[in-house]
Amino acid sequence: MSSDLFGIPIQVILGQLLLGLLNGGFYALLSLGLAVIFGLLGVVNFAHGAFYMLGAYATWMLLDFLGLNYWAALVLSPLLVGLLGVILERLFLQHLYKVNPLYGLLLTFGLALIAEGVLREMFGASGQTYPVPELLQGALDVGFMILPIYRVFVIVMCLSVCFITWYLIEKTTLGSTLRAATENAPLVQAFGINVPKIVMLTYGAGVGLAAFAGVLSAPIIQVSPLMGSSLVIVVFAVVVIGGMGSILGAILSGLSLGVIEGFTKVIYPEASNIVVFVIMAIVLCWRPSGLFGKE
Amino acid sequence: MMRTLQNIFYLSLLLLGLLAPWLGVYPVYLMTLYCYAIFACAFNLMLGFSGMLSFGHAAYFGFSSYVTAWLMTQQGWSVTTAILAGMLSACALGLVIGFVAIRRSGIYFAMITMALSQLVYFVCLQAPFTGGENGLQGVPRGGLGSWISFQNDLTLYYFVFAILVAVFLFIQRVVHSPFGQVLKAIRENETRASSLGYYADTHKLLVFVLSATLAGLAGSLKCIVLGFATLSDVLQSTSGEVILMTMLGGAGTFFGPMLGAGIIVTLQDMLSDRVGSWVTVIIGTIFVLCVMAFRRGIVGEVLHLLEKKKGH
Repeated sequence: MSSDLFGIPIQVILGQLLLGLLNGGFYALLSLGLAVIFGLLGVVNFAHGAFYMLGAYATWMLLDFLGLNYWAALVLSPLLVGLLGVILERLFLQHLYKVNPLYGLLLTFGLALIAEGVLREMFGASGQTYPVPELLQGALDVGFMILPIYRVFVIVMCLSVCFITWYLIEKTTLGSTLRAATENAPLVQAFGINVPKIVMLTYGAGVGLAAFAGVLSAPIIQVSPLMGSSLVIVVFAVVVIGGMGSILGAILSGLSLGVIEGFTKVIYPEASNIVVFVIMAIVLCWRPSGLFGKE
Repeated sequence: MMRTLQNIFYLSLLLLGLLAPWLGVYPVYLMTLYCYAIFACAFNLMLGFSGMLSFGHAAYFGFSSYVTAWLMTQQGWSVTTAILAGMLSACALGLVIGFVAIRRSGIYFAMITMALSQLVYFVCLQAPFTGGENGLQGVPRGGLGSWISFQNDLTLYYFVFAILVAVFLFIQRVVHSPFGQVLKAIRENETRASSLGYYADTHKLLVFVLSATLAGLAGSLKCIVLGFATLSDVLQSTSGEVILMTMLGGAGTFFGPMLGAGIIVTLQDMLSDRVGSWVTVIIGTIFVLCVMAFRRGIVGEVLHLLEKKKGH
C-alpha cells in the first residue's frame, strides 16, 4: 500500500497513532491514580513518577534476583509498591492533611528524590533492559500495518484497568463511600466508616496503579532511576488540562493527549516534547478549571 | 531592642562579607553561594511574602544565564549589558508564564509553573543557540568599562557582593512598601483583599515578574562567575533546590533564604565528590525533615522562639 495523507505515508501515521495510544495509555493510568489520590487526600503526589519507576525496578529485580517472571511481577510489583505507599502514608502523609496542601507536594517531592538517589546508587544511572514476555513476543500483520503484540497488550491493559477503576469508583458501593468521604469526611466517619483506613488504602491503590504502569513499561523502555521524573511533569500537565477532580476527565485527556503527541511527531517532530505543555497553556487561558473540571 | 540587635547582626554580616576573601575563603565558592542567595531571595519574594509556590523558577534562572552567555560569546556584548539583557529576557518570560499561571492558585499554580518551566527546558535543549547538551562554554568575564577587569577573582567578588547587598535592600524595600503590604493581604485572604478594591491578579503578576527578573539576575551572574551556561540550570531539580533553600532557611524571613542557600551550596560543594548520588538522597531527606519537623525554617523557628520569650 502506498497511499498517503498530506504527503505522509499512511503507515507512518498509523504507527505514530499506535505509539500515541501507548503513551496515552500510560498518561491515563498515571493521571487516574493522581486524580484518585488528590480527590480523597488533597495531596498532589509528586512521587507518582517515582512509584512508577519503582514498579519497573521491582519487576526487573523480581526476575533478576528471584527468577519470578513477568506475569508474577504484574501482580506482585503493584502490591509491593502499594504496600510501600501505605507505609509512607502512615509515616508522613497522614500528618499533613490539615496543613496547606503545598506541603504534601513538597514532601512527596522529597520522597521522590530519595527514591531516585537510592536506586541510582544501587544500580547506576544507566538503564536495565527487560525482555518482552514470551507469550507476547512477535508482531501481528493486519494487512495495512504491522502490530507489535506486546504494545497492543499494553494499550488493552491500560484501557481495561482505567475502565475497572472508573467502574469501581462511579458504580459500586465502595466507590460511593469513597466519593462521600471526598465530599465530607467527618460525616462519613460519623456513619461508622473508618475514613483514615480508606484514605490509607486509597493512597496504596493509587500508588499501585503507578507501579502497574511501571511493570507494563519495563519491556518497552529502559528501566532507569530517572524514567519517572520527567514523565510526572507531563502527567501533571495532563491533569491540569483534564481538571483534577474528574476520573473520566483524567482518562480521556490522558489518551487524547498521547495521540496528539504522536501526531505532532509526524507533522513537526521538534514540537512533540512541548505540545502537551502548549495545550495546557491554551486550555488555561480558555477554561482555567480544565476541560472536565467543575468550579 | 530587637531592632538594634537586628542592625548589629546585619552590619556584622556586611563586614564579614567584605572581609571574607581575606580570611582564606575561596572567592569563586562564595560568589556561587551569593548567586544562589540572590536566587533564593527572589524566590522568597513569591513564596514567603506572597504565598505563591512556583515550582519552575529554574526557567528564569537558566534562561537568563543562556541569554547572557550567548550575547557575550557570540555577539561580544559587555558584561553589564549582557546581564541586563538576561534580566530583561527573564522578565519577559516571567510575564508570559505568569500571565498563564496566575489563573489558578495554590497547588494548581505550582503544577502549572512546573509544566511551563519544563517547556522552557525543552526549548533550551533544542534551540540552536544553546549548544544542546554541552551548553555554552568559555563565557568571558569582561569588566566594567576598560578600567575595571573581572579577570581578578577579588574584583568580581566585590561586584557580586555589591549586587547581593543591593538585591537584599531592594527586597526589603519592596516588602515594606504599600505594594508589599497588599501582597501580604492577598496572601492572607485573597477574596477580602479583592473586595477592598485591590486588583489581586495585577499584584500577583507584578510580583511574579519581579521575582523572575531577579532570578534571571542570579542566573546571569552565575554564568559570569563560572564561565558557562548549562542545561542543569534550567532543570526541574534546580527549581526544587531553590524551594528547599528558601524553606530550610525560613520562607517569609529576610535572612532565611540566604542562610538556606549557604547551607545547600556548602553541602553540595563538600559532599558531591565524596558521596555521589547520596547527595540527592540527602537533599530529599532535608526536604522531608523540613516539611515534617520545622515548617518555619531555621530563621523562622529562631524568630518564633524569640517572640515567645518576649511574650512571657
